Amino acid sequence: MSNSSIIENVGANRVDLTLIAEMINHDARVLDVGCGDGDLLELLTRTKNVDGRGIELSQEGVNASVARGLSVIQGDADTDLRDYPDDAFDYVILSQTIQATRNPREVLMQMKRIGRRAVVSLPNFGNWRIRLQLLLTGRMPVTRSLDQKWYDTPNIHLCTVRDFVTLCDELGFHIDDAVSVIGDSAKRVGRPGMLDNLTAETAVLLLSRKS
Amino acid sequence: MSQHKEIPAADSADNSAASEAARVNAVSAVEYFGPDAPLALDSGASLSPFQIAYETYGTLNADKSNVVLICHALTGDQFAASRHPLTGKPGGWWARMVGPGLPIDTDRFFVICQNVLGSCMGTTGPKDIDPATGKPYGLSFPVITIGDMVRAQAMLLDRLGIKDLFCVIGGSMGGMQTLQWAAAYPDRVFSAIPIATAARHSAQNIAFHEVGRQAIMADPDWQGGAYIDQGANPSKGLAVARMAAHVTYLSEAALHRKFGRNLQNREKVTYGFDADFQIESYLRHQGMTFVDRFDANSYLYITRAMDYFDLAADYGGILANAFKDTKTRFCVVSFTSDWLFPTPGNRQIVHALNAAAANVSFVEIETDKGHDAFLLDEPEMFSTLRGFIDAAATRRGLNA
Repeated sequence: MSNSSIIENVGANRVDLTLIAEMINHDARVLDVGCGDGDLLELLTRTKNVDGRGIELSQEGVNASVARGLSVIQGDADTDLRDYPDDAFDYVILSQTIQATRNPREVLMQMKRIGRRAVVSLPNFGNWRIRLQLLLTGRMPVTRSLDQKWYDTPNIHLCTVRDFVTLCDELGFHIDDAVSVIGDSAKRVGRPGMLDNLTAETAVLLLSRKS
Repeated sequence: MSQHKEIPAADSADNSAASEAARVNAVSAVEYFGPDAPLALDSGASLSPFQIAYETYGTLNADKSNVVLICHALTGDQFAASRHPLTGKPGGWWARMVGPGLPIDTDRFFVICQNVLGSCMGTTGPKDIDPATGKPYGLSFPVITIGDMVRAQAMLLDRLGIKDLFCVIGGSMGGMQTLQWAAAYPDRVFSAIPIATAARHSAQNIAFHEVGRQAIMADPDWQGGAYIDQGANPSKGLAVARMAAHVTYLSEAALHRKFGRNLQNREKVTYGFDADFQIESYLRHQGMTFVDRFDANSYLYITRAMDYFDLAADYGGILANAFKDTKTRFCVVSFTSDWLFPTPGNRQIVHALNAAAANVSFVEIETDKGHDAFLLDEPEMFSTLRGFIDAAATRRGLNA
């Protein structure tokens, strides 16, 4: 485990929450899929006056969110998005969740259908430290943010930023903006390139339907 | 024609929640609707005259924006937060939910709880006199629906000059009324909290109700429903109905925890049909005390109203259409061990609300207490409802 220290900052501190908040317009209708305890929804409600809804798998997360006054239901990105009508939201947010869904492609298609825009943050499995750890140790990388062993992790669909961009193209998403997060610093990159695929620890992408 | 009388606050509370509720200043009243105000029923019949008995707690604010309507369950009544006049039980059936500083805070909200149509605690039902015959209605009382109950409640609110409800809340059949309110009067309901309920009564639940009704009708004292005239009371049948129903309100885990196979005041079984087991003794007690406070024909009529409830059917078979364009904020609550109104039925309501793009929260509370959990001490339910109600109050401008 001696190598874990060099890659410990991947996706740390949920910098992505602040970055996501910056991408959302005031007074928007927002669905946060996998909202946890409702931190992002509360941030958005407070700073952007959004009409926010959440879906969360864990009962503790749902109860905590509702007790905070947020509109959150217990549910699952894989099954519950299809209940919503077309264009129900201005933004559908999937923060650090896509890698834990059973069918990421279907989830993204549902997001495209129910939201005018989508915001996705994901850990970049193409980050050079992860590549290096796999290369040097020959074992599945374990990092501070992806901190579980391969047999314990809920992250069953990890991908690289490049993989994700390819899927977005395939599904007819336009990438309006993207932010590459490295440690505590974040950089707007427009459309993530090969270098971002190597350096980004977390990527945040703002997507819209291709016209 | 309102007859108001102050009810003294409940005393000798047996727990802290009840003693909180004992500080509630309850106003008990009856509103009479004469021949000029008939109630049009879903069956096509018309009920007139009729009256509604209700209680209020707290103070109506100047712009009448702080009204909470509590809808009671099958055998509930208007005494949500005050001493029951027949049983003497202090604090009301929802003592832990309704009172100063409680989730339904009587220091902030004006709370109304109405005895439902067809019941027997002051609102017109089958035990009352039919003006056409001068005798108790019995089975000539018209069959009523959840929609009829809600329409009657709206008539009372109209009479009181209350247009908007800050919140409508209820568990079980109270949850059905809550859904009916939100569907029928979307502009009047700011927030709605249906608890442990369903948008339609299931085949299994209709079956349980039928068992209860047949138990009542099999009692010779039922007299074809005309028992009051005959000076009789089908208390045995009604007690059996209550015993069967009571089991459905609990859970296997709770029954095991409370009673197990423990024997009742004896060392070993008696090889007879006495109440050997504590659970038998408990159920017999539940049945016997119930008949002192409830009318058998009311039980028939109200269970029937629940059986007929199918909200989607009124909206082309699509539940989401019942909530089309709704602005109401919903919080749906279910309980893990509730097998009478299990979580999937509550989740169907949530799905429909999502399909209608409604503002909805949904929590499933982990408990082994079964369907009755909504009446009991469930701290997680209280904290989530407190959060939901507070947030709704802020949106409604009630937290200034």
